[in-house]
Amino acid sequence: MTAPAVEVRGVTKVFNKGKANQVEALTDIDLTITPGELVSLIGPSGCGKSTLLRLIASLIEPTAGTVLVNGKPAEQARRDQDYGMAFQQSGLFDWRTVTKNIELPLELRGWDRAKRRAQAAAMLDLVKLGDFADHYPWELSGGMQQRVAIARALAFTPALLLMDEPFGALDEMTREHMQSELIGICAQTRTTVVFVTHSIPEAVYLSNRVVVMSPRPGRIAARIDVDLGARNDDTREASEFFKKVTEVREALRGFEHVEAMPRGIEDR
Amino acid sequence: MVDAAFFVAGLALLGVGWEVYKAIGPANGGKVLGVRILPRTENTAMPHVWAMFRAFSKPEVRGSSRSILSVVAAGAWFSGRMALAGLFLGVVIGMTLAIVMARYKIAERGLLPYVVLSQTVPLIALAPLVVSWGGKLKIGGFTWQRWMSAAAISAFLAFFPIAIGALRGLTSPSPAALELMDSYAAPWWKTLVKLRLPSSVPYLVPALKLAASAAVVGTIVAEISTGLRGGIGRLIIEYSREGTSQPAKVFTALFGAAALGLAMAGLVALLDAFASRHRPREAST
Repeated sequence: MTAPAVEVRGVTKVFNKGKANQVEALTDIDLTITPGELVSLIGPSGCGKSTLLRLIASLIEPTAGTVLVNGKPAEQARRDQDYGMAFQQSGLFDWRTVTKNIELPLELRGWDRAKRRAQAAAMLDLVKLGDFADHYPWELSGGMQQRVAIARALAFTPALLLMDEPFGALDEMTREHMQSELIGICAQTRTTVVFVTHSIPEAVYLSNRVVVMSPRPGRIAARIDVDLGARNDDTREASEFFKKVTEVREALRGFEHVEAMPRGIEDR
Repeated sequence: MVDAAFFVAGLALLGVGWEVYKAIGPANGGKVLGVRILPRTENTAMPHVWAMFRAFSKPEVRGSSRSILSVVAAGAWFSGRMALAGLFLGVVIGMTLAIVMARYKIAERGLLPYVVLSQTVPLIALAPLVVSWGGKLKIGGFTWQRWMSAAAISAFLAFFPIAIGALRGLTSPSPAALELMDSYAAPWWKTLVKLRLPSSVPYLVPALKLAASAAVVGTIVAEISTGLRGGIGRLIIEYSREGTSQPAKVFTALFGAAALGLAMAGLVALLDAFASRHRPREAST
């Protein structure tokens, strides 16, 4: 049996531990993601879903527990560049062309020029932006910029893609289009995806599994398997789709009354 | 093109204003509310604009074949080279300080107050010190030249805007961009080269403009206070001594200094045009 793509065991994250502004972001998280899965993390703002993603990316360290990526410690996985990452802001570098932006991670890995060019061109075709290779990011629309960011995240064909609300800043139409594109890309490249979102339809449409998180301190409140088969435009109007949307919504509602309480503490 | 037209129009307006005041102002100065603030308008204090330009073609000293224009031009070139050397040195020092401060928070806390404090040291007091320290410096075949003192003093002024501007620029990348580099496990120096330095270009351009003019001022002050001959600073002193006999003469040296400042600013503008050729016209981030 191959190692899980992501294995989170007993992870707790406390920010500013021991100080007056101590914040318990995550408590006792267990999560296993098998290769090829597309998993969404959903929950109210401040539930620690982005924190969990950053722990998997080893951008921050857990206070307790272990995070394994491809069977090795997360920090090692980061050094080995086992994952690509995309954020809500595309985070493209203004002074680099689209091609040079996609080449950035390859440059850092020491790929030679010709190999970089070829790979960037392949990635641009994947996100259907072949005609914009020599444009600068500020010449592109928000949706196109986000596609470049995804191409960059996929540039060294990582087995794992970590995405933090990558479509959050896009309008609804572009957003739905990007979701379909992402599913297509992942099917083509067989990439495992961990996707943070606060949109219920987005989570249901994209995922094999939706992980619902409770407000602070973040816990996993529910894991909902989604089996809608191959996605297409009709999926969004299918009754099974709405059933799943309702199921996720009810799981999120389950702790609505709890949500009011910790908020008062937060604001102090 | 339009900018150049405005610049020329502005200069012309200044000249007209000068002549208008000269025509209507009190010859021996005037008092407003009992305070003597209106400048005198007679020819020794305010020579005619055309007299200033005519002075350029006169010989520097009676009977000499060198015109004032060629002397001022040579002086500007002499000072310009020192100012360039000072600017270059100032950029190297300023960038180094900024990089160290951006790398180590503790260095920023320890160094920044001194960087700011350095600019309160009067240059006139510093100049003799630099000359005497430089004179004692002997490394191998290297001996300290006098122009190096002027360049060093000019660098002392020029490094400041660079250090401050570069520090702001180097720390300007968003947390998301830094996180991205982190996710690539990029070492600090690669983040510096690929992200922090390119991000600091929009901050460096205005800093460089300030530094260029500071380098010119620094050079002229250094020439005057170290008694270095051959540059614009020295000409200003010499020509102003002849103020009663040839009042227009000192203005030729002042024009030379202004032209030097403009040339340096132009150089920076060229650099800017090159560095920002692929950036959006208005940086929105």
